[in-house]
Amino acid sequence: MTSAPDHDQLQPALSARGIAKSFAETRAVDDASFAVQRGEILALLGPSGCGKTTTLRLLAGFERPDHGAIDINGVTACSDQVWQPPEQRRIGMVAQDFALFPHLSVAENIAFGLGDGHRAWWTRPLRRLRRSPASPRVDEMLALVGLAGYADRFPHELSGGEAQRVALARALAPEPAAVLLDEPFSNLDQNLRSSLRQTMRRILKLANAAAVFVTHDREEALSLADRVAVMRDGRIEQIGAPDDLYYRPNSPFVGAFVGDANILSGRRTPGGAVTELGHVHFVHTPEPQDAEPLPGQEVELSILLRPEQLVLKQADDQLNSARVVSSEYYGHDQVVRVRLPSGVEVEARLRTEVVWRPDDPVNVIVLDDAIAFTR
Amino acid sequence: MSILSGTADLPSRFRVHLPIIWILALAGAGAACIPLIYLIVRAAEADADTWSKVLTGGTLRLLLNTAALTLAVTAASAALALPIAYLTERTDLPLARLWRSITIMPLAIPSYVGAFAFVIALGPNGSLQDLLSPLGVESIPEIYGFVGAWLTLTLFTFPYLLLVVRAGLRDLDPAIEESARSLGQSAWGAFWRVTVPQLRIPIATGSLLVALYVISDFGAVSMMRFDTFTRAIYVRIGTSFDRSSIAVLCMILVVLVAVVLAVDWSQRRNARYHRLGSGAARMPRLIHLRRYRWPALTGMSIICALALLVPVAVLFHWLSVGLDNGESFPGIWSAALNSVYASALAGGATVAISIPIAIIVVRRPGFLSRVIDRASYVGYALPGVVVAFALIFFTLRVTPTIYQTIVTLVFAYVVLFLPQAISGLRASLVRVQPGLEEASRSLNRTPWQTFCSVTLPLIAPGILAGFALVFLTTMKELPATILLAPIEFDTLATSLWGHQEDVFFARAAASALLLLACAALPMIILFGHDRDIRT
Repeated sequence: MTSAPDHDQLQPALSARGIAKSFAETRAVDDASFAVQRGEILALLGPSGCGKTTTLRLLAGFERPDHGAIDINGVTACSDQVWQPPEQRRIGMVAQDFALFPHLSVAENIAFGLGDGHRAWWTRPLRRLRRSPASPRVDEMLALVGLAGYADRFPHELSGGEAQRVALARALAPEPAAVLLDEPFSNLDQNLRSSLRQTMRRILKLANAAAVFVTHDREEALSLADRVAVMRDGRIEQIGAPDDLYYRPNSPFVGAFVGDANILSGRRTPGGAVTELGHVHFVHTPEPQDAEPLPGQEVELSILLRPEQLVLKQADDQLNSARVVSSEYYGHDQVVRVRLPSGVEVEARLRTEVVWRPDDPVNVIVLDDAIAFTR
Repeated sequence: MSILSGTADLPSRFRVHLPIIWILALAGAGAACIPLIYLIVRAAEADADTWSKVLTGGTLRLLLNTAALTLAVTAASAALALPIAYLTERTDLPLARLWRSITIMPLAIPSYVGAFAFVIALGPNGSLQDLLSPLGVESIPEIYGFVGAWLTLTLFTFPYLLLVVRAGLRDLDPAIEESARSLGQSAWGAFWRVTVPQLRIPIATGSLLVALYVISDFGAVSMMRFDTFTRAIYVRIGTSFDRSSIAVLCMILVVLVAVVLAVDWSQRRNARYHRLGSGAARMPRLIHLRRYRWPALTGMSIICALALLVPVAVLFHWLSVGLDNGESFPGIWSAALNSVYASALAGGATVAISIPIAIIVVRRPGFLSRVIDRASYVGYALPGVVVAFALIFFTLRVTPTIYQTIVTLVFAYVVLFLPQAISGLRASLVRVQPGLEEASRSLNRTPWQTFCSVTLPLIAPGILAGFALVFLTTMKELPATILLAPIEFDTLATSLWGHQEDVFFARAAASALLLLACAALPMIILFGHDRDIRT
């Protein structure tokens, strides 16, 4: 991480304060607030239709919020009184389909936002004739994204991954206050994604840019972002570091959205809860820990257990034990689905020394602390 | 979303000014409606006396003539276009690629030029009779009247249907025909039971084009001396000062157009769920003609000879006769220059007006943009004679300074041909994803800069195609040009008309040939890229 000066840390590159936007009767974004620092990558994660793309368009200035304000480098870009159009905001954007200008070369695409002398497309032959070099900034950006030598190619000559990097270089070239990326990997080959994620992260970090990207893929969000905002129905449910969200979600929705989860009902006891899997301890409840229940009072809880927190043991009791329903074998691990005697099904992620078959009778053992939510 | 959105995206409290793009689009579409509005106002002013003067047996006969001609030409065009489209697209017809180009070329010949050629070839004292008289043939059947008009209009309008049907045929999924074959249909049976029903919408669209052309046609029916509405209106504009009764005649013609449009619309409504499979990845298997090969080739040759060779040959014949007799051709070069000048002005003005309209229609869908879209088509559906009549009296009353100036003439062309420019622009605008314009905005370009540096270069092919199409149609336009051109402003079309009325056939032939030459250039721009899909 770069050690930014203090005032930079105090003043976010981009912040949204209570922005809201409705289309017709639908509340696309509802009172969303967040801030991104320079050099930080924030992911907006949520199911499709949760308003994350609208949030991005609000930040970029393609939509105007009904309420709320947006500050860019401490300057209000948009509020009830202020309205800056997109071209005045210094916000870079990488569209889902990359939106490279098909009539411009890679270098011309990257130079587009630089505004040095408006290199109009129709002066290209003249520039070729004069062999005018691309601006140094263009070369710098091409080097940054690892595409030196691609300057004279055209968008249709690029692979998906290359097009993405050109789009990123184009967005970063004018040194924007922040760049926004809309589902940046959705148009790319599945096999390429994880390597491209790390490339993208490296480039964004090198450029020390504030970045906001939108995704519905939790793996993408957790592995690429410094912080993740989980959205649902236009609201931000929780913002936090990836491990925060995974281990300390503040709602069952967030818990289940950032990772596989078994959710069981339980009853509060001193020091834990009783569930169908026996007594479990829990580490975290978002509700105030209003201590022990009063004697005689029953507190119902939702208990979240990750599949990797469960292990299976062969059961002797053929009649009353849980049974394996199905198992998927992945080599490095296996996911085994188990039906408990009550009919509830849970998933366990296990090592593969023992292979489980459907109908095997098993006992389910909880390895460590669960997460509990008051119902 | 770009210029194109301006501030229209904002909630109403921010919409303090109407973006200029909306103003331009509304003005353009509104202008296209001026002739119709003028007509309606005029016809409404007509009293019972005028109506009774107009609604006579003569008018009824005009109505029947026009309707019969429209039906006959449309049916005959479909009967020509459907087999030609199928033969050139789906069979192993020799030189199919060449035939594909040749069969649409009659479009470059205005129907009145064709009619003129037939008249001087087949009319009394025409070329044919000259050829036959040594053989003792004293007279040949009369070409004038219904048969002549029907024949000429069919030969020179069927390519409209052909183009649309052919495109529809290319869009069909060959797998559907193959399924029909595998279900026991013969090639012939599959054609009638599967292919033709799927082509319903293209056939309807093409028929609409042909029908509207016939209703509007003035030159060909006049030269064939067949009385239809357009001819009657033209004659009355020249002889009568009773504007109201002409307006009433025009309104009847407009109602006829409306009926045709309504029929077409109801066809489409019924076919709403009738989706065509699109984007056939595979090329269809070609049908082997075998013994039908020669009949097919003969038929194609006859049609192309009649629609292309005969007219051109006759014109050249008369030109050479004129040259041999030392005929002079006064003013022909200035007429050519005037034609190009007026057509270029019309093309430029129409494209300029169509850009904001196309942008609004594509980028800002909604009630108002639908209204603009429909309104821009109003003038297109009106016959040239009607638009000319309306504009003569509209300018006389409202803006007498531009009466009989090039401004009025170009305005008439814009009203008549606006949708030709819009449709090409729309197609290319749809292909420019809004994301590109947004990307440009986020790279610090203003809406206007975005339009110039991103949108404009990307839609340039559409603009060029629109310009070429309007240029071509303006070049060929006859009635509005005769009625509205400034005095002493002869174009090729009007000089052809004038010379044939004065029986200077050689001069008229020279104008006609020059007109064909000038029309060929935009034709090449428009259809030159019609590549062979089989290779």
